[in-house]
Amino acid sequence: MPPVLELRGITKAFPGVLANDHIDLALQEGEILALLGENGAGKTTLMNILYGLYTPDEGEIYIRDSKVDIRDPDDAIHQGIGMVHQHFMLVPVFTVAENVMLGVESTRAGTLLDREAASKRIREISSRFGLQVDPDALVEDLPVGVQQRVEIIKVLYREANILILDEPTAVLTPQEVEELFKVVHSLVDQGKSVIFITHKLKEVLNIADRITVLRRGRVVGSAAPNETTEQSLAKMMVGREVILSVDKQMAQPGEVVLEVENLRVMDDRGLVAVEGASFQVREGEVLGIAGVQGNGQTELVEALTGLREIEGGSVTILGQDTTRATPRAITEIGTAHVPEDRQRDGLVLSFPVADNLVLNTYYVPPFAKGINLQHDEIERAAKERVELFDVRTPSIFVPASNLSGGNQQKVIVAREFSRPIKLLIASQPTRGLDVGSIEYIHGRIIQKRDEGCGILLISPELDEIMNLSDRIAVMFKGQIVAILRAEDVTRERLGLLMAGVREEAPAQVAA
Amino acid sequence: MSDELEKPQTADLEAETERGLLQRIFVRKGVLAALVLPVLAVFTALVIGGIIIAASSPDVLEAWRRFFQDPLRALSTTWRTVWDAYYALFEGAFGNPVLIAKALGKLITTGESRDLLEALRPLSESLVISTPYIFAGLAVALGFRGGLFNIGAEGQLFVGGLAAAYVGYAVKGLPWVIHLPLALAAGILAGGLWGAIPGFLKARTGAHEVINTIMMNYIAFRLTDHLLQGPMARPDGLPITPEIAPSAYLPALFPRPMRLHLGFFLALGMAALVYWFLWKTTRGVEIRMVGANSRAARYAGVRITTIITLTMALSGALAGLAGTSQVLGVDHRMVRAFSSGYGFDSIALALLGNSHPLGVVLASLLFGFLRGGAARMQSVAGVPVEIIRVVQGMIIVFVAAPAIIRGIYRLTAPLEEEVVLSRGWGS
Repeated sequence: MPPVLELRGITKAFPGVLANDHIDLALQEGEILALLGENGAGKTTLMNILYGLYTPDEGEIYIRDSKVDIRDPDDAIHQGIGMVHQHFMLVPVFTVAENVMLGVESTRAGTLLDREAASKRIREISSRFGLQVDPDALVEDLPVGVQQRVEIIKVLYREANILILDEPTAVLTPQEVEELFKVVHSLVDQGKSVIFITHKLKEVLNIADRITVLRRGRVVGSAAPNETTEQSLAKMMVGREVILSVDKQMAQPGEVVLEVENLRVMDDRGLVAVEGASFQVREGEVLGIAGVQGNGQTELVEALTGLREIEGGSVTILGQDTTRATPRAITEIGTAHVPEDRQRDGLVLSFPVADNLVLNTYYVPPFAKGINLQHDEIERAAKERVELFDVRTPSIFVPASNLSGGNQQKVIVAREFSRPIKLLIASQPTRGLDVGSIEYIHGRIIQKRDEGCGILLISPELDEIMNLSDRIAVMFKGQIVAILRAEDVTRERLGLLMAGVREEAPAQVAA
Repeated sequence: MSDELEKPQTADLEAETERGLLQRIFVRKGVLAALVLPVLAVFTALVIGGIIIAASSPDVLEAWRRFFQDPLRALSTTWRTVWDAYYALFEGAFGNPVLIAKALGKLITTGESRDLLEALRPLSESLVISTPYIFAGLAVALGFRGGLFNIGAEGQLFVGGLAAAYVGYAVKGLPWVIHLPLALAAGILAGGLWGAIPGFLKARTGAHEVINTIMMNYIAFRLTDHLLQGPMARPDGLPITPEIAPSAYLPALFPRPMRLHLGFFLALGMAALVYWFLWKTTRGVEIRMVGANSRAARYAGVRITTIITLTMALSGALAGLAGTSQVLGVDHRMVRAFSSGYGFDSIALALLGNSHPLGVVLASLLFGFLRGGAARMQSVAGVPVEIIRVVQGMIIVFVAAPAIIRGIYRLTAPLEEEVVLSRGWGS
């Protein structure tokens, strides 16, 4: 039987990069094909070619053995290809039905929207594939996992047979991931075929029928999940041996460096985002804050670093009350902050790498004398840091935007770790990074811990939290629902806590 | 999608030791690249301007009507018409090369300089026009660097002119070393205040600076009307201020009728100062940081509200200087019509100069020459002054929409980030 989809020799070059280099790929009917690769390996480029967003320089696409020409997403949809993007493309103030029918509206008498008909079809799709959703609910009221279902329904509504899911688990809780996997299985059971893009090793082993690994624009290998391991997949992805778990000694906690008491913070819309949060971080330990994205972590970090006003409670850093302190004052006490969105908060992308390496110390000696910047000193320090932290950049004078994500993050880490710090607040320090960079940054964080720095780590990635933390606090709907010793924690227990399931006995341990 | 692309990672730290030379080449390449677009924009606008000149000339149209009888004449008439117009423009902007050469010879042989000055008078006039352009262009450019769109340069220019004129005529009996700086300071302060108000409103309440600077323009215009008709009017009741004391003049550099005054060099000096301030001082970095990414600036500990207010105040002060130099250097009094839209043109200048002080100076010189030459083009070649306005407008369109120029000349898009000229509403 011919494959439902076949890519032959797909090549796509961007200035200076060969994003796809003669890629061959075949998808069988009713199959879940996992496309595994680091950021920058060319997964998304390949899928964008398939979806008609890019035109390949070379290569052909076949659907059931007949050559097709896909010039834009309309062509792709017409060929039965549907894509669920990593970032949802939904209109928050529209209902599910309105979102689904957007672009392919059912109408009555030519112009009137026929919501009834649309809702009816959505219900059919829902029940057929186990995608529970209320067609009349507003999208903005739905949890992320359900919004993703809406995206999948959108694709099915357009009668796609081949579904491309681009990093679908990035925003989900472990439980939601389980739900998604069920949905994916029911899709293939009913004859659909799925390409599942990810960089998470555990997931591919769990869900895929076949795994294809991309590295630097090329297919470097294929495997069936039952005949491979995480370790060997990681090696294929990165091209060398990778240490997946962080090697660390027992923590040696010292003095309290951060004390948060009964903290209350509002979000941008004026709703309570953090309510009654209390915890401590000591010298030489990592406190991980686990939680699904959007449960108040962002606001918590902003409050601690002076970027957001605190409504109630108090924050003490190194014995100083910083509840009302400015970001600069907090930095000067000895706090480092690795922000969750490096491009939005952590870097000025149009500034040279050198300036970004002194972004918060440009005004103090030796980088400035009075109001005069000392460019020689800045350049000297920048070179030193680039070397010390292995930042790959053609020069310290190129704009930070020219660097890859991993190297941008290294710039931030280099800048923050080069100051004398006693407290590190690291928010999703490895978001979107490749395995190699993750390994490096994790190593640096543990090194800081062992030097006696207190570390507050915020991450929605369970692996990261469990690998690095000495203690783990779980955040749900703005509250710290539990603080546990790392050795007492299992993935399942964390997953349940993150999903808001309360434990009977108070799960607090002494800090 | 861009983050999916692997950037070439040529970490050649060894080669860094030879950075000296490499960096110089790199920088020079950057300057060249930055010049390509504006130069092509000007060239293209002049070509299109030529077509318009040809198309609006009855002689040319007549010659083309007889194209099939005499094609050569159609072409030669067209060429001659356009050439005459642009030659007149050139003469009007710089002076007649033949006369200049002769006068130069005379200066060398006899030591008589009056002829040379007379021959160079068009150049002097062009530079006089460039002077307020440079100040006002710097004002808008500084705002752009700080992420703010100061549309209020014209109003700031008016209040600057008013303040300078007032100090100029009302304060008497001071030596010029005190009086001139005092008048300059008055203009700077008034413009600065006029800019700081919308700056403060933006910083504190988020009110958009575009709206508020426009409103401040109206206030400045009506304030000028009011003051010139009453409190500051000349004793005989004409709606102009009394003449300022000569001790407050920005001194002319050559004998009459050359009007080139010290203000021109003050403007050049100010461009250098703005460059130094923005790129070599901590405050300047803060302004550019806020302009390039205000969230990152906040993260880095910069006080955003202070910096926004400061940026607008400095921008206003520079625009105020434009009006001041016009009053103290050229008009020697404040009149309602003392600005021919310098403040509004300055937005275009900042754009054309890529918000860089050097770029602004070059753009201002260009506009000075175009304006200076336009009058002669009208009187000698009979081409309306408005054509030059059209050319100016087209330059701006081409610079603002670089895709057009890149399309015509098949250039690839630059890799460097371009300055964010204005962010969306409410940002």
